[in-house]
Amino acid sequence: MVRHQRLVAESLTMDTLLQQLINGLTLGAVYALVALGYTMVYGIIGLINFAHGEVVMIGTMVAFTVIVFFAGSGMPPLLILGVGLLVSVVVCMVLGWALERVAYRPLRHAPRLTPLITAIGMSIVLQNVAMLIWGRNYITFPPMINKQIYEVGGASFTNVQVAIVSLAALVMLGLIYLVHRTRIGMAMRATAQNPHVASLMGVDINRVIAMAFIIGSALGAVAGCMVGSYYEIAHYQMGFMLGLKAFTAAVLGGIGNLAGAMAGGLLLGLIEALGAGYIGDLTGNFLGSHYQDIFAFIVLIIVLMFRPSGLFGERTGDRA
Amino acid sequence: MNNVRMPGVLVVLAASVAIIGCGKKEEPKAAAPAPAPAAAAPAPAPKPEMVVKIGHVAPLTGPIAHLGKDNENGARLAVDDANAKKIEIDGKVIKFELLGEDDQADPKTGTVVAQKLVDAKVVGVVGHLNSGTTIPASAIYNQSGLPQISPSATNPKYTQQGFNTAFRVMANDIQQGSVIGTYAAKDMGAKKFAIIDDRTAYGQGLADEVEKAAKAAGATVVAREFTNDKATDFKAILTKIKAKNPDVIFLGGMDAVGGPMLKQIKELGIKAKFTTGDGGCSPELIKLAGAASEGVICSQAGLPPEKLPNGQKFLEDFTKKYGQIQIYSPYSYDAVMVLVDAMKRANSVDPVKYLPEVGKTAYDGVTGKIEFDEKGDIKNGAITVFEIKDGKLATLKSEGGTAASK
Repeated sequence: MVRHQRLVAESLTMDTLLQQLINGLTLGAVYALVALGYTMVYGIIGLINFAHGEVVMIGTMVAFTVIVFFAGSGMPPLLILGVGLLVSVVVCMVLGWALERVAYRPLRHAPRLTPLITAIGMSIVLQNVAMLIWGRNYITFPPMINKQIYEVGGASFTNVQVAIVSLAALVMLGLIYLVHRTRIGMAMRATAQNPHVASLMGVDINRVIAMAFIIGSALGAVAGCMVGSYYEIAHYQMGFMLGLKAFTAAVLGGIGNLAGAMAGGLLLGLIEALGAGYIGDLTGNFLGSHYQDIFAFIVLIIVLMFRPSGLFGERTGDRA
Repeated sequence: MNNVRMPGVLVVLAASVAIIGCGKKEEPKAAAPAPAPAAAAPAPAPKPEMVVKIGHVAPLTGPIAHLGKDNENGARLAVDDANAKKIEIDGKVIKFELLGEDDQADPKTGTVVAQKLVDAKVVGVVGHLNSGTTIPASAIYNQSGLPQISPSATNPKYTQQGFNTAFRVMANDIQQGSVIGTYAAKDMGAKKFAIIDDRTAYGQGLADEVEKAAKAAGATVVAREFTNDKATDFKAILTKIKAKNPDVIFLGGMDAVGGPMLKQIKELGIKAKFTTGDGGCSPELIKLAGAASEGVICSQAGLPPEKLPNGQKFLEDFTKKYGQIQIYSPYSYDAVMVLVDAMKRANSVDPVKYLPEVGKTAYDGVTGKIEFDEKGDIKNGAITVFEIKDGKLATLKSEGGTAASK
């Protein structure tokens, strides 16, 4: 018993806690960015785009290909990374637009289940296309940024993590600006409230919905590049789990709600890190770190029990 | 409104027509290949040639598809070599065919694929790759009386079920766990162990054996953490491990988990040495972890490729045809050869007739002398401990293993 208490005390020190918070924050920033892609599309047409995780994966893969292509060219590494990010954003935008045009627009008036099944189908198609192009093996991301390890108060983090969190924050701020301060953002909010009335007011519904897919996919590409440079590996099935987690985050925050997706993503990242870090010690090794994912879902269930539409509520202007 | 709805209805109609159309086309296609070999088998053409199908199962998609492909390539090379010899059994020239299936490293898919092979009338199975898929599938092969030889499932339970059909051609995890655990505790002088496993039958089984060996050698296990075989983020459990300050971290899991884990160990500034079993002891781990893989100690059930007694020709042929060996392709090569050898001795390709001969195998394979004990485990299986040095697996020491009699 004494030994057990000592072990608990050891792992409850401040530096470990700080480290776990840093771990969770990085993970959460990525989840939040991916969750935004789900939430944007859901907020406007009420469709859960299950292929979004695969868009993120394609983003990672494209960035990888571009970076490898330029790696030996003598260009400065940061520029190569920038070009990789840019190309992958553009490719994903086109992919998002094509997905909507080919798979979802023809089914817009079909029963709700039909586009959902199509989305799952597109996810499988994209996975297999990626397997054909990039192979079935793990791909190692060439490290473009010279990883610096900083130590603060006994916890360590890298410059890559700093870049991920700040870039994610920047992109999210940009999105909030876009939705609340621009014409296309106003059109999006109008379409979310009532597509028929919006179209009567002269809003081109097709264009607005296509924009939601394009912007969501661009965010996915950015998240994909982050995941790639953080873990330095990529795989054609990496989008599935990431997509599922991000979808969970979107539901946790209130699907359709932008602020909810961000908060849900960060929260999920923190819950996972703290859950895996402390669940074993707090339960006297009765539950181990393999309950990491269960922990996240328990929190989700509890939140949904008391707030069925998520922490921040389902989309701000509901269709009623 | 009608104008808007019409295209939607049309598309749905078109889609359903297409689906129905496909379904109809699919049926004869799926049925077509089945009768052909079935017809060829009982009533051979005047030319005395017979097609014999051997099944092979490994994950060909998913995180460890590279290992699955490696196993399958080993088996393919064996089938090609056996066909080149124009082996005659019961007066007929045998043409072996490998039916390669994908179990996605998933136990449920593993049993589905196993049943598929049984229905396809294979005469024997090489596989599966993972212990987690091999164990449930072995019950299906056993019911059908099909000999099954796994080239890489190291969990002891596989051969402890009392099945007369289950064999393996490398040492199991009891042996491997004890060798690597004792090596870490004695030779590396580790007092405090942190053990991580991926909750698969393989990872968990090996980690348990390492824990036993470490405790037996007087070391303590300060942390026992878990992940899964598809995870890429291990910082939470590694942070916890860092706080316990172990001398050695052992991972019971595959290279796809080990690669990113090694990088994250470095990023968190953990000083402990990293050790792992055969699932992580591959060139792929070095590729995935890069410089972070330097100094990793790992074990394989078997002899190092360059020390395989009859391995030189295999090494050359395999590298020429398929490239670098990952881990177990020499063993899947031998597993096919053991089946072929048993058929030759029984002078029959009927599983009922040649199954007893598999148990009596005394075969000089590329991996050494292969003989089975009464459970189907290999007698005197070798374990080798490696260190990753300058981006290569360097042999530290080998235990057990019988060189083939020349």
